[in-house]
Amino acid sequence: MVAADTQAVFRHRHLLGIEGLSPPEILLLLDRSEQFVEQNRRPDKKQTLLRGRTVINLFFEASTRTRTSFELAGKRLGGDVINMTVSTSSVRKGETLLDTAMTLNAMHADVLVVRHPASGAVKLLSEKVNCAVINAGDGSHEHPTQALLDALTIRRRMGRLSGLKVAICGDIAHSRVARSNIHLLNTMGASLRLVAPRTLLPAAVERLGAEVFHDMRRGLEGVDIVMMLRLQTERMQDTLIPSIREYFRFFGLDYEKLARANASALIMHPGPMNRGVEIDSLVADDYSRSVIREQVEMGVAVRMACLDLLTPQAPDAERRNV
Amino acid sequence: MSQKSVPEDRRVAYVNARLLDAAAHLDQPGGLITQGELIADYGSHIKAVGLAADIEVVDCAGQCLSPGLIDMRVQLREPGEEHKGTLASGGHAAAAGGITSLVCLPNTHPVIDDVSIVEFVARRARLLGLTKVYTYGAVTKGLEGQELAEMGLLAEAGAVAFTDGAKAVVSARVMRHALDYARTFGLLIVQHPEEPTLAQGGDMNAGEMATRLGLRGIPAVAEVIMVERDLRLIELTNGRLHFAHLSTAAAIEAVRRAKAAGLAVTCDTSPPYFALNENAVGDYRTFAKLSPPLRTEKDRLAVIEGLADRTIDAIGSDHTPEDEDSKRLPFAQAAFGGIGLETLLAVSLELYHNGRASLLDVLGWLTWRPADLLHLSGGRFAKGAAADLMLFDPDRPWQVREHELSSKSKNTPFDYRPVQGRVLFTIVDGRRVFDLTRAKRGA
Repeated sequence: MVAADTQAVFRHRHLLGIEGLSPPEILLLLDRSEQFVEQNRRPDKKQTLLRGRTVINLFFEASTRTRTSFELAGKRLGGDVINMTVSTSSVRKGETLLDTAMTLNAMHADVLVVRHPASGAVKLLSEKVNCAVINAGDGSHEHPTQALLDALTIRRRMGRLSGLKVAICGDIAHSRVARSNIHLLNTMGASLRLVAPRTLLPAAVERLGAEVFHDMRRGLEGVDIVMMLRLQTERMQDTLIPSIREYFRFFGLDYEKLARANASALIMHPGPMNRGVEIDSLVADDYSRSVIREQVEMGVAVRMACLDLLTPQAPDAERRNV
Repeated sequence: MSQKSVPEDRRVAYVNARLLDAAAHLDQPGGLITQGELIADYGSHIKAVGLAADIEVVDCAGQCLSPGLIDMRVQLREPGEEHKGTLASGGHAAAAGGITSLVCLPNTHPVIDDVSIVEFVARRARLLGLTKVYTYGAVTKGLEGQELAEMGLLAEAGAVAFTDGAKAVVSARVMRHALDYARTFGLLIVQHPEEPTLAQGGDMNAGEMATRLGLRGIPAVAEVIMVERDLRLIELTNGRLHFAHLSTAAAIEAVRRAKAAGLAVTCDTSPPYFALNENAVGDYRTFAKLSPPLRTEKDRLAVIEGLADRTIDAIGSDHTPEDEDSKRLPFAQAAFGGIGLETLLAVSLELYHNGRASLLDVLGWLTWRPADLLHLSGGRFAKGAAADLMLFDPDRPWQVREHELSSKSKNTPFDYRPVQGRVLFTIVDGRRVFDLTRAKRGA
């Protein structure tokens, strides 16, 4: 049951990114998520907080994990969840992003969960609809629920975020996960390191507030968290890296490089993993260190919290009477 | 929109004006008389009193009378993309901006790489009787960068210079041949300086802003690399080359050095590059998605410096109409470009209002300097020359609002900007083609 004292309000209509959120706002989201973690571990997981509400998962890019996680979150809260996967090809046939937005708007959705391959597309869509919009990943820009679930995972394991040393490793240039995590962890007082070859780092990335390393061994020295990113194999066609073999040798996480980190350092990955590309299989499956499965679990709780906090309270108090 | 010419014997005296002719360093009170389509006389001796009885008198109330502006970089979209802009809509917008002559880029559909298209544009523009329209011919057939267009024939038909428009002439070999060949006819080549493999896939200037927004960056070196290459080719061929809309400190410095070394190189810039920087992109504002992209504050200041020390020869509007369907899109999918005809004067005058340039300097970049680069008549007062004039109030404040602009497409990067300097009327060949008091605002 939801405690009656969680009447705190999230003062944003949408969740489009982490950049710009204040520490209390992030804490509110994390604390609310925490409550759902406990509830999700009970046999009866169903809630009625979103009863009568419609959540539409609008995905312009293939996704199984994030979409399923949002779907489960919406359903556990008692909402009606619809999945719409719009292949980019049908969008090219004529219907624009904004046409799609208007269509869904007319259907009186309460929350739109949107993923789009173009940075800023979710923001554009949010300006044209009447309902709340949650960014489920836009291009290389932001993926706020991923950063929140990462933060929740870390906080549960380490008891805090402030003062931790976190290394984010891999394809920073193309990663929305990296950007959201940089903003969140910086806001919460962690110290950040980015580890990548120069070709996979965007221009002036240090200005986002992180120390940059091109030598993974040095970058992992004494860190509390090792956060790995997925490497898209098409990066080789773009001459950003020469080969998987070489990438793994210098930037893949194996025990030898991991030995530089703190003995208790956690290993994280947003999934899906490329085993043997950015992470050694043995390391990924080492459940004394790897919290990758826990990240998935936290994902559902975080998305429940986001859906809950972004759904305007019904005028009648009944909604809160769980 | 009458295309009737003014009767030859009709005389109009514009009196009580502040005469500004940048080419002659003229800034004095006086008047100007037109007879038919031509300037008959001008100077401080022309006053309301003592004029022959048959002369119509227009009292300018002390406002600035100057040669009309000459805009050397405009996309009109006709033929081929009339839903974005037409010769008529562009002509009205230009007239409202005080522009009496403009030169349009050849990137229409079909491309202006054939005599017939040059003639089509000239005929249509003549019939409209608004701002005079000149054309650039294509450097290469179809703007494909492979085979040279018929530059000699195009020039005979009226093309004033040659460019592949918003595309760079990428192949060094083709550029070399274009410079060599154009030299035979004494023609100017205009380059969009951007190394395409570096710019490829980019959405905005590479840097912190692009990184935060998750947009792909176009590095500043993409511009200077092409400029440096082409400077070598000018050296090799002794050809004449002009770089369009320079936006980076490095490219301007390269041109500065080349000019000092005596190369036949010139360049221009556009108002966005001295009035805005990459921060204008803000939260994915596609109206601020331009080519070249808006750069850093340091680059913006370098553009102003380049104007001040004459490294940059002229200012062109780089008017690029794009309709809503091309701009109301996620940033990466949106088209590049912004309109600029109606804001050309007011935004350029910021240089004067901010104390970065004199009023005559600003007018010079917009009148006789581009005219001389392209060997166009106009841009200065001269007895017997076409009466292409504008009257403007350099101080009048107004706010740029997209829906109040007469351009068909509304994609101005200056929306909401408070500016100073308003065109009161525009005269082409002795005829009033724009009059602020009669213009319908905010329709």
